[in-house]
Amino acid sequence: MSTSMNRRSFLKGVGALGATLVVGFNSSGLLAAGHSEAASVAADLNPFVRIDADGTVTVIAKHFEMGQGTSTGLATLVAEELDVDWDQVNVEFAPSDNAKYKNLAFGGQGTGGSTAIANSFMQYRQAGAAARDMIIRAAAEAWGVDASDISLKGGMLSTQDRVSGIGRFVEAASKLTAAEEPTLKDPADFSLIGNNKLHRKDNTDKTNGSAMFSMDVKVPNMVYVTILRSPKFGGKLKSFEAGDVKSITGFVDAKALPNMAGVAVYAESTWGAIKARRSIKAVWDDSNADSRGSEERLSEYLAKLDADPSYDVTGNADLADMEAKAKASEKQVSADFIFPLLAHAPMEPLNCVIEPTENGGIRVHDGCQFPMITHPTIAAISKLPMEKVEIKTYYAGGSFGRRANTASDYHVEAVLAYLALGGKNAVKLVWTREDDLAGGFYRPMFAQRASIGIGEDGKVSAWAQRTVAQSIFKGGPMEKMVVHGGVDHASVEGVSDTPYQLPMSLGLTDFESPIPVLWWRSVGHSQSAYTMEVLMDMAAEAAGKDPVEFRLAHLDESDESQGRLAAVLKLAADKADWGKAMPEGQGQGIAVHKSFNSYVAEVTEVSTNEKGAVSINKITCVVDCGIAVNPDVIRAQIEGGIGYGLGAVMRNEVTLKDGVVVQANFPQYEPLRMTDMPDIEVHIMPSDKPPTGVGEPGLPPAGPSLANAIYAATGKRVTKLPMKANGITFA
Amino acid sequence: MATTLKINGEVREINADADTPLLWVIRDELDLTGTKFGCGVASCGSCTVHINGQPQRSCIYPISAVGDSEVTTIESLDSPEAKAVQAAWQELDVVQCGYCQSGQIMSAVGLLTQNTKPTDEDIDSYMNGNACRCATYVRIRAAIHHAADLLEAKA
Repeated sequence: MSTSMNRRSFLKGVGALGATLVVGFNSSGLLAAGHSEAASVAADLNPFVRIDADGTVTVIAKHFEMGQGTSTGLATLVAEELDVDWDQVNVEFAPSDNAKYKNLAFGGQGTGGSTAIANSFMQYRQAGAAARDMIIRAAAEAWGVDASDISLKGGMLSTQDRVSGIGRFVEAASKLTAAEEPTLKDPADFSLIGNNKLHRKDNTDKTNGSAMFSMDVKVPNMVYVTILRSPKFGGKLKSFEAGDVKSITGFVDAKALPNMAGVAVYAESTWGAIKARRSIKAVWDDSNADSRGSEERLSEYLAKLDADPSYDVTGNADLADMEAKAKASEKQVSADFIFPLLAHAPMEPLNCVIEPTENGGIRVHDGCQFPMITHPTIAAISKLPMEKVEIKTYYAGGSFGRRANTASDYHVEAVLAYLALGGKNAVKLVWTREDDLAGGFYRPMFAQRASIGIGEDGKVSAWAQRTVAQSIFKGGPMEKMVVHGGVDHASVEGVSDTPYQLPMSLGLTDFESPIPVLWWRSVGHSQSAYTMEVLMDMAAEAAGKDPVEFRLAHLDESDESQGRLAAVLKLAADKADWGKAMPEGQGQGIAVHKSFNSYVAEVTEVSTNEKGAVSINKITCVVDCGIAVNPDVIRAQIEGGIGYGLGAVMRNEVTLKDGVVVQANFPQYEPLRMTDMPDIEVHIMPSDKPPTGVGEPGLPPAGPSLANAIYAATGKRVTKLPMKANGITFA
Repeated sequence: MATTLKINGEVREINADADTPLLWVIRDELDLTGTKFGCGVASCGSCTVHINGQPQRSCIYPISAVGDSEVTTIESLDSPEAKAVQAAWQELDVVQCGYCQSGQIMSAVGLLTQNTKPTDEDIDSYMNGNACRCATYVRIRAAIHHAADLLEAKA
């Protein structure tokens, strides 16, 4: 990205070639164009595409880039319709502007829920098509020919006797009115969408050290700040003593945060702020803190499973009847499942920079996932009008959900630390890995209890399930979108809306704690797919059926959703040679799941060594995510989603002793490593359906397909996670 | 404490406590931000640099221990092995979030410098200290093989 951006800056500096064409939508949602971004502000236009006089095309990404490939995807949509050369396209991140850059899937500016390409698919194509149409019309006028006589391909305009780059016509094009409904390409004519050979837009600067993350930002008069927080969730600062901090080179100050959430420790270097924090002795008020340990939490979860559920998710008031029916069946399956708290642990520890601006406002430098929340939250606590708060977005070193939270936790800390120091110095808040693992916003702990009956026809005759979980959405600003009749959909998704045809009754009970919980890659599906797909395997065994045949028997393939689920299941079984003969101690497991409107099936193959330790050798995956915009990015996201899921089910958990997090750093929260990673084969189902999620759907089947493979190889059925803490060792 | 550091072919004056990890001098004082902070306990490898050509975790390497050694960061890689690794990384689109990739590349260059034709097992054991939360491992493995092929084709 950087090379041509520099070239553009150079050309702008020269001045003579300053004309540009910007194309986007106005506040009425109509396509509109202008001759510069400055003019577009006055013209009520939100630019999605800018074309410079040298022909450089810049796509303005309303979504941030955490590795999921969205910047490449948005560029693909524009370049496809505009018909320019891939190398002539750059990407910039949009400023924070909720009205102009909202995610159409949730009505505010933000990235999440695997929605980026799905919600942008038509919008960015239309912007590209509008720009193409205006450039062709401008060229037609200049050349005195009919627009239909001009072809535009690879960024070059041509007639029978003329050839020109597009840059030459941007000034004239910027004076035209955008077409209301520019013609979009027939998908049969796509050359970039679906192209296997496009390279990522971020793959050069992320391999030479030049990619900028907010962690890399340095602005004038900046001090670094770490925060000493309560060891227990819900604890408040009573008092502190600074200790021997003055001897630390670059130590600046230590101040209580105004909300008494902790002590801000300022220094002239990151290391100074980390080291000085070790000298601070704080006294905490634990009167509202949660001091329960993991064992206490578990016994409370189990007690809630035993009690009548608070909410009737399926709405038929028949949980007890369904459980009785399951227990009365000749063949039955029952099991309890336990899922631990999980940290996201993105590789870039949380951080951001707060900088005073010349107009008395502040600029936030951040890998910002949810401007729609962060922007107003910062404006409110800094008592500034929205327009005096600016958010500059950088690459984010992973997120997996952590950077998007409705409390905007780390931004609030940074602004409070900035204000506590007087608001004159810029501050860079840096979390350490220890802060990250102890910092909350975990995937909630879940407990599930299932009672399943198998009828004489060999199919499920009763499926009763109880869930206990801490709600992610209750009490937050998005509650109304997700919580209905007391049921937080994120606590039951993946079961309550399963495509399987099952006579089902579900009950839900909330668990309460001041420990903040959050969506973690694939949200509720991160555990519901495990429960569903391990249970389907157990039920198939009880019914004496092959796991693939048994699943297909519960899907009506004439229904679109069930048909697509069945199709990925069958293709995965075929590609993995499902049911092949395997030596003693080896096994295959299968799982299939719908999430984020995509369908994914995975077959996992494991082997065991002489000590019974498990190796994960290969995973064969089939994904149906509608039209595949960037097939290689899809494969990468499926590979990554599988890896992220495997590491967690194998060995990750956040545990508590007297309310204090036990896991200090990676050695105690061991990430998936190279030696753990199996070979992964990804097949993408051809489709003409609209694009659906990709970043998350690869994860849910990974855990249960592994669990089912381990059962096939060893006879051990793992229903409590992580596996390593429940009787499974890995080679 | 004022001291000098040989880094990327230059001698730089720095002012830092003797126990300061090399990582923070590189990032905060010398503004070479391609080297990343991931864990601070040599567990993730995001901070990997070369000291006299050997990959080392700069987050636990005190500045006082560097002495006369030559430090190389991602910004000044230019050996044939490094160029092959970076080309392979781009060809196979290894990166996702990219935050750990400087460290991955520094380790991969170290591996290929001492072993021009590593097996899968060689790669797994050499690279196991470099964590990637995006789990780009399948592609890292393939890219190291591809870089070895590129080097062989040039030799």
